[in-house]
Amino acid sequence: MTESREEVLKNPAPINIQKRKRYLGETIAETTIKVTASFSILLIFLIFIFVFKEAASLFSTSTDETPATENVSTPTETPATAPEDDLKPEVYNPETDLLLEENQHRASGVAATDDLKPEVYNPETDLLLEESQATATTTGEAPESYGADITESPTGETSGETKTEENPDEAESYNPEVEDMPLPTVGNDPQVEEPEEVAPKTIWHNLLGTIWQPVSEIPKFGLLPLLVGTAKATLISILIGAPLGILAAIYVALFANRRVREIVKPAIELLASFPSVVIGFFCMMTLATIVQNLFGADYRLNALVGGLGLAIAIVPIIFTLTEDALSSVPGTLREASLALGATEWETAFKVILPAATPGVFAAVLLGIGRAFGETMIALMATGNAALATWTILDPIRTFAATIGAEMGEVVWGSEHYSILFFLGVLLFIFTFAMNAITEIYVKQRLIKRFQGS
Amino acid sequence: MNTENLQTSYETSRNKKLIGLFAVGITLFAVVAIVGLLISMLGNFLIGGLPHFSWEFLIEAPRNNNTEGGIFPAIYGTALLVILMAIMGVPIGTATAIYLTEYARQDSFFARSVRFGVNTLAGVPSIVFGLFGLGFFVQFVGKGADAALGNTGIVWGQPALIWAAATLAVLTLPVVIVSVEEALRAVPRELREASLALGATKWQTIWKVVLPNAITGIMTGLILAVSRGAGEVAPILFVGAVYSLPELPDQLSDQFMHLGYHLFVLSTQSPDVNATMPLQYATTIVLLLLTFALNFIAIFIRSRLRGRALK
Repeated sequence: MTESREEVLKNPAPINIQKRKRYLGETIAETTIKVTASFSILLIFLIFIFVFKEAASLFSTSTDETPATENVSTPTETPATAPEDDLKPEVYNPETDLLLEENQHRASGVAATDDLKPEVYNPETDLLLEESQATATTTGEAPESYGADITESPTGETSGETKTEENPDEAESYNPEVEDMPLPTVGNDPQVEEPEEVAPKTIWHNLLGTIWQPVSEIPKFGLLPLLVGTAKATLISILIGAPLGILAAIYVALFANRRVREIVKPAIELLASFPSVVIGFFCMMTLATIVQNLFGADYRLNALVGGLGLAIAIVPIIFTLTEDALSSVPGTLREASLALGATEWETAFKVILPAATPGVFAAVLLGIGRAFGETMIALMATGNAALATWTILDPIRTFAATIGAEMGEVVWGSEHYSILFFLGVLLFIFTFAMNAITEIYVKQRLIKRFQGS
Repeated sequence: MNTENLQTSYETSRNKKLIGLFAVGITLFAVVAIVGLLISMLGNFLIGGLPHFSWEFLIEAPRNNNTEGGIFPAIYGTALLVILMAIMGVPIGTATAIYLTEYARQDSFFARSVRFGVNTLAGVPSIVFGLFGLGFFVQFVGKGADAALGNTGIVWGQPALIWAAATLAVLTLPVVIVSVEEALRAVPRELREASLALGATKWQTIWKVVLPNAITGIMTGLILAVSRGAGEVAPILFVGAVYSLPELPDQLSDQFMHLGYHLFVLSTQSPDVNATMPLQYATTIVLLLLTFALNFIAIFIRSRLRGRALK
């Protein structure tokens, strides 16, 4: 007691309960927690960055950005030079048992550009003729006979067109003017009049095309069939799943007694816990047969089956969220409505459901987001054919199924690889936008409601 | 006053009654349709798979090019995967939940963006997580580890068990966070206040008072995450799961078999559908049993938690 009582009363000790000795371990623990909490934000950025990074090669503007397509572009239409000879079909001459080079065959006087025209098979001489030769001689003539004397030279300079008098009957002849049946030539399909047979100018022209065929000679990465497929599946699933889920939620939340509620809610949560592989398996095995017997579909796995599978997956989500929204409407609203003389159903549909609209809307949006990105059901139950039609009994291919199916076999760093990652970026942006809209819309509506009331 | 046309307020007209019946009928039909679908799915799987389902099925390895035998390697691979996933994911999820409930001021920008991040993570499609696992874990972290460690004989820059577990940990992070947050909020406020009043620091309160009381909720979150992770196939399609292995995985850099992936490949790519069909259904039963068991345990723990909190 070195201080007198008056001095202590004049200078009271400051109240600093918190200012005890800070242990180092505690500060470390607290800092770790704060840093770890930022992981979830960091992860969103990381996901976007790293998925976008692999897709970034699509956006580079260098001219050699499409090496794959250039490698398999059509051979140029120059006269047969030595390296290009192996691209031309080789002609088999049965007499001499030799393979002729086509330019040898052509040396009999046909112009170099004629190898682009369909090649004609002349049964008489068992040789392939250039069309120019054949048309020059067969117009208006009687059908050439098959099996007449073969008196041509090994180089194929044929004169089969003069042997027609022997069998002027219906021997099958090959008239190129009637039946244009070109033999397939390597790297060159002259009958198909696609301008894209020459490699698309930029990757964006390719992406906006209408065929998805990444493993052909000229890879076509048109996104339109995938978009149509995903849209079809999502639409069907929402048109079936949203009414089912919302109506069931109305029953369970507003019309049912407690015992029914205690059985049905866990049952639907059980349905929610089914892995999507299992749902896809069920659709593929059982539902597809049922649908095919009911609707007489050509294809067993089609957009309708896929949409039904997606509906099975999203009904629990829509049900749970709608039921939560309906239950959280204040009980006083319901009691007031009933007291004013409304029936149960009038209360439910005209008072409580409108009051729960933000929650119901959020539920449906989340269901759409889930259906858009669902992979396993789309992989197993939709038929996996990239068709861009609007028939619901056609197979489809969705974005997520494309990534899942083709990622395992793609070449690292190739264009296909980047495009699959680009599809992932699209999926991410879509679901991000859906979530953001849900949060902003629901929050705004709820804020307005609670401030207004 | 003519009393015949008066309608007392508690009598409803015939039309309204009919519409009421229709409304209740259509909503009841929706409920019956959904529950009926659930029962028919379960029945379909049981009918198709019970003949083949036996104790040997769970213990043996597949034989004869996956057309006979058991699926033990798939069960083993799935179990390894979810254990690793839990080890990686639960601490991070718990820490984030602790921050959100204890440390964050509710209207701060950081807290709101953390919540937004969690909600967005919950909505990202699972295949995008697979791409993330490929692009980040395998390509970036794995190849970086290879470059850093040099020539150790193990290649980290390829699909492996550890990268699949990390991917699934990221995928199930929202589930863990939400469950642990719920558990932390269930601890009564008075408990915290009493601890602080007795002179403990905030961290001591959390570590020694709040967390032990929330341990059941943390376990619920763990079990829910495990059940979700065991069923997801899309993320591991190209980050580590394979169809058949010569031996069980014993290193973190090995690849593994997985129940869901096994079902997927069996049903879509098996060469002999008739022989494998009972196997497919039996695999479905095993997968569903695993999921249901985990979910029931979680629900049981959660109801016990609620019972205790109400006391």
